[in-house]
Amino acid sequence: MKNKAFIIVALFLVVGGCSSPPGTWGWYVIDPSTQNGWNNIRFLLSGFSATIKLSVLAALLSILIGLVVALPGMSLSRWVRLPSRIYVEFIRAIPLLPMLFWVFYGLPVILKSLGLNIPIDPFWGAAITLAISDSAFTAEIYRGGIQSIEKGQTEAARTVGLNYLQTMLYVILPQALRRILPPLANQFIYIVKMSAFASVIGMQELTRRANEVVVSEYRPLEVYSLLILEYLVLVLIISSGVRWLERKMGSDQRR
Amino acid sequence: MANANLAVEFKKVNKWFDDFHVLKDIDLKISTGEKIVICGPSGSGKSTLVRCVNNLERHNSGTIVVHGKEVNNKLSRVSEISSEVGMVFQQFNLFPHLTVKENLILGPMKARGLSKKKAEERAMKLLERVKIPEQVNKYPHQLSGGQQQRVAIARSLCMEPKIMLFDEPTSALDPEMIAEVLDVIIDLAQEGITMVVVTHEMGFAKKAADRMIFMDEGRIVETGTPDNFFNNPETERCKLFLEQILQH
Repeated sequence: MKNKAFIIVALFLVVGGCSSPPGTWGWYVIDPSTQNGWNNIRFLLSGFSATIKLSVLAALLSILIGLVVALPGMSLSRWVRLPSRIYVEFIRAIPLLPMLFWVFYGLPVILKSLGLNIPIDPFWGAAITLAISDSAFTAEIYRGGIQSIEKGQTEAARTVGLNYLQTMLYVILPQALRRILPPLANQFIYIVKMSAFASVIGMQELTRRANEVVVSEYRPLEVYSLLILEYLVLVLIISSGVRWLERKMGSDQRR
Repeated sequence: MANANLAVEFKKVNKWFDDFHVLKDIDLKISTGEKIVICGPSGSGKSTLVRCVNNLERHNSGTIVVHGKEVNNKLSRVSEISSEVGMVFQQFNLFPHLTVKENLILGPMKARGLSKKKAEERAMKLLERVKIPEQVNKYPHQLSGGQQQRVAIARSLCMEPKIMLFDEPTSALDPEMIAEVLDVIIDLAQEGITMVVVTHEMGFAKKAADRMIFMDEGRIVETGTPDNFFNNPETERCKLFLEQILQH
């Protein structure tokens, strides 16, 4: 499925490149046989490491924050649940870009007024924003996963004498984890794509580098085509990892 | 306080699910070692009655006493009561991520603090008793329904309960597997353990029950020895019910 998508996009680019009138495409900007083209390619590809670092850090933070938000969200007490619900509803409603601006340009003002001189660089600004924005979704994934375990499991655990903590630890969480991990991994793909927004606050990742080459070479079509392929490759690698994980997880949970 | 021979006592027990009055003024005494079969139409409250014994459901009024201890809201959900009372569910409720052996030793090890070796010895003994020792390392989904239910019975017995509750243990089984599960329960009934079984398997009831209880609309309508119950039911409601389930 995903491989087909890759082939179609690649085919589209090749056919488009050959069949359009002369002058439409100018592949020389990324022609590895010329010195300039090769330099451009190296510059563009060098954005990978920043995109990957940013995405992985944001994903790990999101997984942690999500769990901290989700657990009280399942309490029997309405007052313990409330803050968790508010967090999820509030964060979920904020578009990523305004939040990014707020964290990068607004938060330092607040920190300064509190006497805290903590600079927020583009990397951390983007990582924090992505993590918080995504955590509302990971929290819901946790909640859904844990609540999807049949009530009979808790009851059976009780009848063999397990307390709440033991029931969670030995019966509910191991089963929920199998349902939580695949959607969490899926969420990682979302983070990778959203990390492109970090380019607007000046972080040197894939999209930012593409923009810089476009500005100096005036060849948006070729450079952005390559940029799309770069994300496509990244996401394909992750999604094949997700499928592997799903197979591995699914192997002994049927009944 | 109570008679030492008394395993379970219900006094004027009422329970509501929101507006629905499931249990109405239930009075019931079950002696130690007694085998009770509860039957009745669906929605009559028989499952709820059984689930009140081990605190899976909380009653709204009246008192329930299990081996001298009162079951009430102050008890934590997992208490001495639940470890004295074993339960077998209609849907088996085995832990699907654990092997048969792990299902059996989890309770004894975590709740009773048994060593792994001791717990495994006990598990093997009970698996032999339910006649599936060869399945010890399989996962629940690799077993048939009948085998799963027998594992569930063994899992309860691993906690060495004084009372065993069976909530429609054969209702989710294919017909050809019902007998193997009932055989195990009948075998268990030969021993001193107190048993309360919710079932519509009347052949089983005739063989194993000391006393029959018929419930309808949240009340105990009729009780009696299997002999009297099947041959001379007193109430019209019970007669009709028996006719309907025995006509096949």
